[in-house]
Amino acid sequence: MDSEDIELKKLELMARNIRRIVLNLGLAAKQNGSHIGPGLSIVEIMAILYGRILKFDSNNPYWEERDRFILSKGHGALGYYAALAESKIISDKDINSFDVNGGLFPSQPILLPSKGIESASGSLGIGLSFAIGIAIAIKKRGLSSRVFVLMGDGECNEGTVWESAMSCSHFKLDNIVTIIDHNKMQSDGICVKILDMKDIVLKWQSFGFNVISVDGHNIQELWQTFESILNMRNGKPSVIIANTIKGKGVSFMENNPLWHHNYLTQNDYNKAIEECFGNK
Amino acid sequence: MMINKIQIKTWAKLGHRGTLGTSLLELASNLENLMVLTADLSTTSGLTRFEQTYPDKFLNMGIAEQNMVGVAAGLAKEGYITFTTTFATFATMRSCEQIRNYLGYMEFNVKIVGMASGFSMGMFGNTHYAIEDIALMRSIPNITIISPSDCFEVNKSIFAVALLKGPVYLRLSGTMNTPIIYQDDYEFEVGRSIILRGGDDVVIIACGTMVSVSLSAAKILESVGISAAVINMHTIKPIDKQAIASACESSRLLVTVEEHNIIGGLGSAVAEYKSTLKNTPPQLFIGIPDTFCKPGDYQYLLNHFGLTPESIAQKIQEHIH
Repeated sequence: MDSEDIELKKLELMARNIRRIVLNLGLAAKQNGSHIGPGLSIVEIMAILYGRILKFDSNNPYWEERDRFILSKGHGALGYYAALAESKIISDKDINSFDVNGGLFPSQPILLPSKGIESASGSLGIGLSFAIGIAIAIKKRGLSSRVFVLMGDGECNEGTVWESAMSCSHFKLDNIVTIIDHNKMQSDGICVKILDMKDIVLKWQSFGFNVISVDGHNIQELWQTFESILNMRNGKPSVIIANTIKGKGVSFMENNPLWHHNYLTQNDYNKAIEECFGNK
Repeated sequence: MMINKIQIKTWAKLGHRGTLGTSLLELASNLENLMVLTADLSTTSGLTRFEQTYPDKFLNMGIAEQNMVGVAAGLAKEGYITFTTTFATFATMRSCEQIRNYLGYMEFNVKIVGMASGFSMGMFGNTHYAIEDIALMRSIPNITIISPSDCFEVNKSIFAVALLKGPVYLRLSGTMNTPIIYQDDYEFEVGRSIILRGGDDVVIIACGTMVSVSLSAAKILESVGISAAVINMHTIKPIDKQAIASACESSRLLVTVEEHNIIGGLGSAVAEYKSTLKNTPPQLFIGIPDTFCKPGDYQYLLNHFGLTPESIAQKIQEHIH
């Protein structure tokens, strides 16, 4: 195997571990339930970001030259926490405090710079604006850092997304990469039935973005896409439309709106683990 | 900048908005990490010269207030002291949730300047009046609220809030040729109200444009034998509790005067604290009585709601026993 294959295997293993942690967190949430479906659709995206693309120092979350990651779709918290844990940015103790009363890791992230969490999330459609401010500041300060924003496709219903999209290209912020978790589902069901946004690729193109569509569960494709986008730096912001499946990996969750937010019984959990990892 | 009488008169002529622009220009020369954002209201914010002089400290965000606040928060996160300017109504209502999440909850160091608050938009009508902005901002934790009484105080506030670490809502009001309260330099401190006039019978607590009007009302009251004190409560949050407690000890009637809905504004802030004290005088709330109105020019609207010296003096006479 050449080094790229080895790296790919490593990333795939990371994705497996992230997926397992997402399910563990889903079980840990007990009857409170958690956003399992939207957590599972971003597993590979988080793996490539935290395993390969993002520059960070797990020992120094305040490192100036770090890339900034903004989880705009707060509903992806499970995948986010799992990636932070896999990257040793947060500890086992941290991850075990998920959804503990008064804890630091509730079902929508809180602002926690000491643990690498650059923003609180939960209210949809506002993360890209925040990222623009950061990206402008980074340019002014002459830092090489980039800003990555993970957004949901349902989230793009919000008008503020398009205010920020206009602003992003107006200010030529080629240091921002937005990833859209295009799982075609939102809380109440299928996106096009709830609010048909028509051609999402054309929309972002018309707002002045480099747009690349990709299989959001294919690590190799994601990797190539990020590499090519990061090499572009053509004065335009970029968006990756990651085609994903809500609840990816677990047959009874996939494309099932019931699993947007739900709780796992021990039985469900066992079945899910079995499906994703066999008996291992 | 040397503060002299000419400067004070010039600011008064310009009004709050013009003073905003010149003050930010002055601030920029002292503050390396300043950023000023506006939502398509650069000229209206008196920022034309600022924009020309400091293009790298200025961003016009277009008519997109929500995005502006998010961007301001991102800049603040990376160490910039960021001011945003737009009309008070849009600043506090259109982008209320961004203010709540990024400034209140996450406490990013952004200064929201709400221009032309109260009725100063005159003929523009109710969509442009801001009579709820204090109430909205006051209900969000961590946000300091300042309503300067004259243009010199606008200048002082801008410098004070730039140094204050934390989110601020700065409420600008009135029109051009605003009355001058402070003829000479004075000490301005966020959270500490200023007694402008002593008096034994009544204490009037006012903010913004109503400070000057209340001073005139106190003069009318004096002529009919009622001694009225006037306090400039320029900081509405955190409210100056000590000043309220002292006012309650020394008077028979407490009066709050504001160019704002009587629900949730200065009067409410005073009453919330006053109600925790024993043996206090009654409170007369003067402001906008929870209603919209037919548009008109600024003075017409003030007259309509009795926000004039004569009307305030008369109401106080009716209520004092």
